[in-house]
Amino acid sequence: MSKLLNQSSLSRYDHQIITDWVEPKSRVIDLGCGNGSLLKHLQQTKQVSGYGVELNPSMMDQCIDNGINVIQFNLDQGLGHFDSDSFDTVILSLTLQSMRRPRKLLEEMMRVGRQGIVTFPNFAHWRNRWQIAVGGHMPVSDELPYKWYNTPNIHLCTLNDFHILCEQLGFKIESSIAVRTDGKQTLGLKTMPNLFGEIALCRFSKAG
Amino acid sequence: MSNGPEMTTSAIDIDSNPLVEPRQVHFNELLELESKGTLNGYSLTYETYGSLNNDASNALLICHALSGNHHVAGRYDDSGKTNGWWHLLIGPGKPIDTNKFFVVCSNNIGGCNGSTGPSSTNPETGEPYGTDFPIVTVKDWVYTQAKLSDHLGIKQWAAVIGGSLGGMQAMQWSITYPERLRHCLVIASASKLNAQNIGFNDVARQAIRTDAEFHNGNFYQHQTSPARGMRVARMIGHITYLSEDMMGQKFGRSLRKKSKFDYEFTPEFEVESYLRYQGDQFINKFDANTYLLMTKALDYFDPAAETNDDLTQALAPAIADFLVISFSSDWRFSPERSREIVRALQSNKLNVSYAEVECPQGHDSFLLEIDDYTRVMRSYLNRIARETDEAKVDHDV
Repeated sequence: MSKLLNQSSLSRYDHQIITDWVEPKSRVIDLGCGNGSLLKHLQQTKQVSGYGVELNPSMMDQCIDNGINVIQFNLDQGLGHFDSDSFDTVILSLTLQSMRRPRKLLEEMMRVGRQGIVTFPNFAHWRNRWQIAVGGHMPVSDELPYKWYNTPNIHLCTLNDFHILCEQLGFKIESSIAVRTDGKQTLGLKTMPNLFGEIALCRFSKAG
Repeated sequence: MSNGPEMTTSAIDIDSNPLVEPRQVHFNELLELESKGTLNGYSLTYETYGSLNNDASNALLICHALSGNHHVAGRYDDSGKTNGWWHLLIGPGKPIDTNKFFVVCSNNIGGCNGSTGPSSTNPETGEPYGTDFPIVTVKDWVYTQAKLSDHLGIKQWAAVIGGSLGGMQAMQWSITYPERLRHCLVIASASKLNAQNIGFNDVARQAIRTDAEFHNGNFYQHQTSPARGMRVARMIGHITYLSEDMMGQKFGRSLRKKSKFDYEFTPEFEVESYLRYQGDQFINKFDANTYLLMTKALDYFDPAAETNDDLTQALAPAIADFLVISFSSDWRFSPERSREIVRALQSNKLNVSYAEVECPQGHDSFLLEIDDYTRVMRSYLNRIARETDEAKVDHDV
């Protein structure tokens, strides 16, 4: 699950927002943890415990070097590995769009955890809209650098789409933020996040 | 030392497998075994590599598998034929780095390489034990390994490491002596054998026990051994340690030094002569009674049997950090068996990392240098070394 996206420009910034959403000393699982840098950051700054899940063999030793627990398996097989209600926070960072059954995975996240944090590239960003509407072709961007025929990102959605799915699944959206990859805050971003946000970050919990 | 050019080229290999000598320790105690059998005193043969640090915090225990022994690394001479069975992974600068760690491996009791076993002399009869040697289990081995730890002055292992049957011993350590290990590495193993595995083991045992030269296990007195049975046992074992793909790649249907069938029962296919060769090699260096005992120990291992088949509960005493590794083509100890262990460890909220290595070599993969595998091992052992150093600094301050 490495390099689904071009992550270099945004890692620090979205990690900081996620970190703010995680309780100190809580149990965390990071699905699609890459080289384990986010979980390492959470361990160091919030003293969390838990696991990273990663499929890519070339990431295993990096995760171990980063001092995190890493479990190698394919998230498309569900989270049967993990007991129900065994985590405070389940993180799915920039991975949702490559899942075969994203809806099923979101349900699984709420089975094993109390709150979910999902980050994904917002497909409704104006530059993507422009490429389709005016250019007439599938968008290629810094965040989504692939062509339509070789992309691992098979389930792209917009911030609005994600909110609708959470509502259908009976999840309560606790926080929802859209950011630019350069970290700049603009008026457009604030007033029209679905148009100006490049990366969407959502925190949700079970309703009721 | 004369140093011609030949010496220089072989020096690299020799440096990575230093000379080593086995040692032995005798324990003068009545050992009551899980099978209710007893041993009146027993010896353990073992080897060590690297040096133990001041606070004895850098020690690793390696547990051997079915046909293994204490000679896990290093070499006995310059013949090139006496390298330890895990020398690809253990040695100076290797993933299990003997420049950093003090590595210990002992021959399990019941073995045939120096520790008390069926071919040893029974002090009560003056004859070899033969099948009078009691059944030994993984728990018994772990107990005797703990006695060796005391003897060596090691209160706590930095890690206990094992592949296959060795992984079962590592797991048992984490349950029986949770305080005595900081890390537990379980490689190509399982928390219990399935029916298919027990079936294979029994075919091997039957091959040995029905050999006319077995003499009910007392073949030593007849100056013979059930060599044909052992050969068949080893052949079937060997097939199951490889994968279908690997055997296909290695041998296919190629014939030995000819292009046409002779329509005879002599070995014609490459795979036949390979398996017979493996079998013949084994006859000369392994004791048939030990083979029977080791396969029984494999069959009996099932820590969850004592906890209503609940592996999570069985592993509840464990406090070590775990690394579990499986291999995609290993159908004898399949990845699913390792995932069961990982799930139980997760349910106990223990620190565990799990790698499922994609490779064609089957169960024997754990003995080999496979990049994704050795990188994980190296990283994990480096992590242990770092922790050991940090703890030592704290301790010294």
